[in-house]
Amino acid sequence: MSTGPSEPTVQPPSEGPVVKGGGAAYRLDRWQRAGGLVAPVLTAILAFLAGGLVVLATGHNPIEVYKGIWNGTGLEWFYQVGSHGVGLPWSEASVWFPWDPGSRAAENLQQTLILTASLVLTGLAVAFAFRCGLFNIGGQGQYFAGAYVAIWIGSSFAGMDSLVHIVFAIVAAGLAGAAFAGIAGILKATVGAHEVITTIMLNFVALYAGLYLFGQGGPLQNKDQVFSPTSNEVLDEARLPVFWGDPFLQGLHVGLFLALGALVAFWVIINRTTLGYEVRAVGFNPEAARYGGISVARNYFLAMAIAGSFAGLAGAIDMLGWRFSIGFSDIQSSTIGFVGIAVALLGRNTAVGVGLSALVFGALVNGTAARNIPVEAFDIPEQAGNLSLTIQALVLLFIGADILILYLWAKTGQRIGVGRRSPA
Amino acid sequence: MSERPVVLELRGITKQFPGVLANDRVSLDLRRGEVHALLGENGAGKSTLMSILYGLYHPDEGEILINGEPVRISSPKEAIERGIGMVHQHFMLIPVMTVAENIVLAEEPTKAGVVLDFATARRRVEDIAAQFNFAIDPQARIENITVGQQQRVEILKALYRRADILILDEPTAVLTPQEAQELFAILKNLTREGMSIIFITHKLNEVLEIADRITVLRRGKRIDTLPAAGATEASLASLMVGRDVLLRVDKTPAKPGDALLQVEDLHVLDDRELEAVRGVTFEVKAGEIVGIAGVDGNGQSELIEALTGLRPIASGEFRVDERRLTGASTHRILDSGIGHIPEDRQRRGLVLEFSLAENIALHDFDRPPNSRLGWLRPRYLVERAKRLLRAFDVRGGGPQTPARALSGGNQQKVVVAREVENDPRVLIAAQPTRGLDVGAIEFVHRRLVEERDEGRAVLLVSLELDEILSLSDRILVMYEGDVVGEYGPDVTEDELGIAMLGGTRETEAVA
Repeated sequence: MSTGPSEPTVQPPSEGPVVKGGGAAYRLDRWQRAGGLVAPVLTAILAFLAGGLVVLATGHNPIEVYKGIWNGTGLEWFYQVGSHGVGLPWSEASVWFPWDPGSRAAENLQQTLILTASLVLTGLAVAFAFRCGLFNIGGQGQYFAGAYVAIWIGSSFAGMDSLVHIVFAIVAAGLAGAAFAGIAGILKATVGAHEVITTIMLNFVALYAGLYLFGQGGPLQNKDQVFSPTSNEVLDEARLPVFWGDPFLQGLHVGLFLALGALVAFWVIINRTTLGYEVRAVGFNPEAARYGGISVARNYFLAMAIAGSFAGLAGAIDMLGWRFSIGFSDIQSSTIGFVGIAVALLGRNTAVGVGLSALVFGALVNGTAARNIPVEAFDIPEQAGNLSLTIQALVLLFIGADILILYLWAKTGQRIGVGRRSPA
Repeated sequence: MSERPVVLELRGITKQFPGVLANDRVSLDLRRGEVHALLGENGAGKSTLMSILYGLYHPDEGEILINGEPVRISSPKEAIERGIGMVHQHFMLIPVMTVAENIVLAEEPTKAGVVLDFATARRRVEDIAAQFNFAIDPQARIENITVGQQQRVEILKALYRRADILILDEPTAVLTPQEAQELFAILKNLTREGMSIIFITHKLNEVLEIADRITVLRRGKRIDTLPAAGATEASLASLMVGRDVLLRVDKTPAKPGDALLQVEDLHVLDDRELEAVRGVTFEVKAGEIVGIAGVDGNGQSELIEALTGLRPIASGEFRVDERRLTGASTHRILDSGIGHIPEDRQRRGLVLEFSLAENIALHDFDRPPNSRLGWLRPRYLVERAKRLLRAFDVRGGGPQTPARALSGGNQQKVVVAREVENDPRVLIAAQPTRGLDVGAIEFVHRRLVEERDEGRAVLLVSLELDEILSLSDRILVMYEGDVVGEYGPDVTEDELGIAMLGGTRETEAVA
């Protein structure tokens, strides 16, 4: 009878330790684990090689361009070792520090890390849902939901205590993201509406809601800026403190710690709580979860809501940390929620992976910003911006291929290694 | 017999998969007009060997000779061209097409090269059916004929393509005893006409009934080839497993106590909203095993799903230990003393990606001491798993090993360990030995009897009549969603077989 194609039937028979002997399924598993480490690195390298070929094809020097990108990421800061001083917070004291906290590279690194913090959160929004077997395409919409709420609270309630105001805005933004994603969760849990479809649709809802709210004549539009529609400014008390760099020149805000905390929270929830156990069980095998007495519908809802709260937090730290207002055109051009999908996929939906891949993407997005690409390499500066988008797209493409390769790897592994359905 | 010519010979076939030597210098010869049984446990290498013969895999070493001539078979298409036909366990038929259309598929007779010539197709199928004495209507649609007839269509398909060597992969797994008898009659006809048949199976009684010669494989090696005459089930079993096996389940007569599971007039709908269980009433007492026999698809699966909260109950009710559980959630039912060995351990019984420790906690991870206030206690889970894995002799991995890495038998041991661990009043076992090898079957059977002797009420649902007969203290037969008969443990296989096809509605007095 049907044992399913995935059953590891060609095993050394019951005597002796199968695992040590290296059963086919076990080795396949090992391969995949190795692939989980090697594949993303290869992916990134291949993507940059391909991007170099594109640059070469346009008649420019890829090495120059990549040098510009690398310098733009600010990651060179780490090897610019010297003897410097760094001020301790809330004091006049200063201690010796091997890196220069005020260099040009430091400023670039701050920008990279600002992006990294948001990408960690939008990446977690995809990863958490993924662990429950859901593909959350709606990170962008959930990010907007959080951003709108953060802007509204941050620009209202003047006179509130600074810390209370910030916490209030952040918590409310997280809840807004959760509620927004929860809609897709409820639809999935109750009527089985596919989350890919519903979250895409909800992205449009969030997009146009924002264009209405902050657009020309919208209820939340800044009345002083009639011709370039935008929101009100976040009040000074509601802004996130900057702990590195110049607060007036977009220094690095404390949202980074919120993102790092979210990574830890993700790992703990997934691996150490009964909620995480349920989410993973449903994600791996909903039938088995149901058989085990786990409510699949409840977990679909919870996983989406928690995922959405991560994206909502991303909206909050962007608004309260460095943007301070959201304009009509900002809404139209925002893609941070979508990049989160790539972050989660490259990071294999694990906490550590998402953290690292958010850094890669943060560096990539920041490094390929047109201002960092040497103008002398291009006749028209706009071309640099297009090239940066091309490289980003190539990385995404290669990640897609990488997943496909792993999938085929597993498939063929089953065919040749584990054998066909074995009777008797 | 020995003077018959050898039509097929496999010489020293070796096939290595990563970490597994699937075939180790296996040799086999098939004579014209014989049924040659290929016998072995799971993973013994039978399927690999046949896949090599059918062109699905390439051997690392060894050669294949057809009529004394060395051949290379690199695809099923080439195998068919060389006269080898294979009937898979899962039929490759198109349900909405007719018997004739299915048979000629991919080799359709055409008019003027393009238009399908249905008349010729039907006539050719009729000719072949008549030649080999098959009773089948070429105009019937596949979806309207029985499984046994579908299997005959598969055989006809091979004959239509001029096969003279037929490989049958576990052909009786899907048949009732009567259908199996009909199949054997057909096979005898075929061999009389000069066909040679390789019959893959793990059922010992069938081998003795149908085969002329038997080749036993164990761990990829050919252990022996012997004539069926003179062999016994016990001798074959020990060849297969490599040690003496207890084929009969050793058990004392049941001492039934109070009724622990009571089912009253239960009605359940299937996925298509049709009534799959139609007013079933029965009870299972403490200390007895009640077996439910029936052909697959007669409401057994829906019944069990209803009793475990996986499927809503349309009407009627059931109680466990006098507690009404109709409409309760799976979670509550499991907490109320039902253990459930599901019929598909891979789809339902295990989260294959989870570690064994996590799998063992599947029902009670949310209760102390497995977790406290929502926090898992991984160290406790591992400790508990370690203890259970030892107690149930699970081999091939420890608490941290993913369930996927285990063999089928060991996976089932994990499921059984989990289900009896919480001391359930009622144990529901659905197809508990499906796909297991002889050694693992022995283990599961012994364990079920032990659980009975501990005073649990055991409800056993199985498609294997052998299993029902050797384990049950009472037997219920389900047919079209209804219990159509109740029998004592000494009922014969034939009587059950007739009831399973709806032949009788009388209830015998229970011994």
